[in-house]
Amino acid sequence: MTMRRFWVFIEQEEGKVHPVAWELLGVARRLASEVKDELEKTRDIAVVEGVLLGHNVAGLAEEALHYGADRVYVLDHPVFQHYLNKPYYTGLVSLVQKYQPEVFLIGATTLGRDLAGAVATRLGTGLTADCTQLAMGEVKGSDHKLLMATRPAFGGNVIATILCRSRLPQMATVRPRVFNSAPYQPEAAGEVVCETIPVDAELVNAQILEFIQNGDSRVKIEYADVIVSGGRGLGGPAGFDLIKELADALGGVVGSSRPCVDAGWISYDHQVGQTGKTVRPKLYIAAGISGAIQHKVGMQNSDFILAINRDPHAPIFDIATVGIVGDLYEVIPAMIAQIHAQKEALHVEER
Amino acid sequence: MFHALVGIKQVPDTTNIRIDPETGNLIRQGVPTILNPYDAHAVAAAVEWKHKLGGKVTIISMGPPGTVSSIRECIEMGADRGILISARQFSGADTLATSFVLSETIRAIHMQDPIDLIFFGKQAIDGDTAQVGPGVGVRLGFPTITYAVKIRELDLEQRSVVVERKTERCNEVIRTSLPALITCEKDIAEIPFASLPDLIYSLTYEPEVWTAEEPVKFPIEQLGIKGSPTTVYKVTTPEKHARGEVLQVREAGLEATVQAALAKIMDAGVWEAA
Repeated sequence: MTMRRFWVFIEQEEGKVHPVAWELLGVARRLASEVKDELEKTRDIAVVEGVLLGHNVAGLAEEALHYGADRVYVLDHPVFQHYLNKPYYTGLVSLVQKYQPEVFLIGATTLGRDLAGAVATRLGTGLTADCTQLAMGEVKGSDHKLLMATRPAFGGNVIATILCRSRLPQMATVRPRVFNSAPYQPEAAGEVVCETIPVDAELVNAQILEFIQNGDSRVKIEYADVIVSGGRGLGGPAGFDLIKELADALGGVVGSSRPCVDAGWISYDHQVGQTGKTVRPKLYIAAGISGAIQHKVGMQNSDFILAINRDPHAPIFDIATVGIVGDLYEVIPAMIAQIHAQKEALHVEER
Repeated sequence: MFHALVGIKQVPDTTNIRIDPETGNLIRQGVPTILNPYDAHAVAAAVEWKHKLGGKVTIISMGPPGTVSSIRECIEMGADRGILISARQFSGADTLATSFVLSETIRAIHMQDPIDLIFFGKQAIDGDTAQVGPGVGVRLGFPTITYAVKIRELDLEQRSVVVERKTERCNEVIRTSLPALITCEKDIAEIPFASLPDLIYSLTYEPEVWTAEEPVKFPIEQLGIKGSPTTVYKVTTPEKHARGEVLQVREAGLEATVQAALAKIMDAGVWEAA
C-alpha cells in the first residue's frame, strides 16, 4: 500500500494566502478522485496535501484544512518570513525528497514561477508552466495514470498536452483564476505537521533591503468581477480615459490587450492574455480589441463577454456572448449614459 | 573589468503565427524569427553596464544555425563575443535539458574568463515558461533574482549587486553577491541605437559554434529529448466557441443597440445597477 500524494504549494505573503492556493486545492482534490479506480485495485490511498512556508503561519495551515487539504506540512522559521528563492526552494526540495509526492502544483504567480523552476531543476523533474487543464489520464506504456498537463503554446495558437513519464513529482504551475476555488468547509478534518530543515548562513544568499509599494500601479485585475478592456481600436492612450469611465460606472477595473501595453498607452499590470494575466470575471467588455488568440486565451472563461468593434469580421465576435458592431467612441458614451440613467431610476425608486 | 554573459533565444514572432485551417497545424514557413524581446532588453542592460564599468559582454544561445542572426543583433547592440551552441543532439530539449546545456557552457566560459553577472530575459515569448534562467542559476549555484527592473548598484570590488525586482505585490530591492544571475523585464534598459562601428562589425560577425562534443563534451543522455523529463503527448488547436449574438449599430440605431446589450447583461445576472 502506498500513499499517492497530490501536493499544493500554499503561497502566502504577509500572513495572507494567495487565493490561487485554494484553487489548486480544488484541482488536487479532483485529480486524486480521478485515480479512484486504480486505488480499488492496488489498495493505495490518495491524499491531498498542502505545503506551507513562512513565519508564524500556523493559522494559515488551519485555513488550508478548511479548503480541503488532508494534511498540511509547515516549515515555520524566521528565514521564511519574506520570500527568497534559495531558502524556499531548499525547504521544498527537502520536503519533496522526504515524502515523494506524485503530483506537485504551484500557482503561476511571480513568486510561484520563481520557486517552481528552481525546485524542478533541483529535483531533475519535469515542470509544465501555466497549465489551463489538468487531468489524471491513462497513457500507453504506464501502469498507472499520469498527470496530463495542458497549456497554450506559441502565443496561444496551439494547445499542448505535456507528460512527465518517468520522474517524480510531476510538477505544474497554474495561473490564478484558471480554476475555481475549492469550497470552504466549516468543519475541517485533517492535520498540520510541523517540519524543520537545517538553517545555516549558506541558506540565505540574498538580502531584501526595501519594499517599494507602488500605490495604484498594481492593479489586481485577476479577481475583479467586471473588467473593461481597451485595445488598439482606441487609437491612442487617451482612449483609456473613456474605458476607465465605463469601468467606474460598472464598478469594474480597466484591462488592456498587448499592443496597447507594448505601445506604452497603459502599464503591463492591466494586460490580459497569454503574456499578461488570465481573468474570468462575470462581465468582460472588450472595446476595440480584435481578439487575437493571445488575448483570447486570457479571457475566454469570462461568464459574459461583450465585444465592441467597428470591424464585423473581428475574431473577438467569435467568442463574445454579445457583440456590438459600431464605433466604440459612440457606443461607450451611450452605454455610460444609460447606466447612469438606470442607477438614477433605481435611486428614485428607493426614495 | 566587468564580464557580463547574456543567454538569448531566437523565437518565432508569435504575433504573426498562423494556423492552417485545413490541418490545424502551425504554418512555420514564412514566420519570421526574432530575438526574444525580453532578451534584447537584457542585452541592452549588459551593454549599458559594460560602458559604465569597462569590460565585455558574451552572448550564448542554444538553437538551430539560423540563430546566428539574433546573435549578430546582440553584437550590433554592443556585445563582444557570441557563442552558438548548436547540434542535432540538442533538439527537442525541454527547459530542464536546456538549462543543463546552458549551465555547462557557462561553467566552461567561467573557468577561462570569470563571469560577474549573467542576464536572461524573464521569459521567451514562444514558450512563456520563465524556467530556463532560474534553472541555470540553480545549477550554477549562483544567487538568482527574477523579474529585475533595475540594477541599482553593481560593485565589482565589493562583489555585490543591488537589484530592484517587480512582484505582483510591490517592488523589492535585493542585495546579493557576485557572481549572480538576473532575469530581466523590459524596464531593465532601453534598446540602444547601434553605433556605426558595432553595426559594421556585426554585419560580418561569425559567432563561435559549440557542438555536443566540442569544446565541452556533453553527456549525451542529458541532451535533447533524452535529457528531457517532459514530452509533448498531443497538440491540438483551441476549441471554437459558439458564436454569440452580434448587434449592428447601423441597423438598430445606437441607443437601441446599447439598451439591448445592457438588458442581456442584466438578464444574465452578471451585473446589476444597484
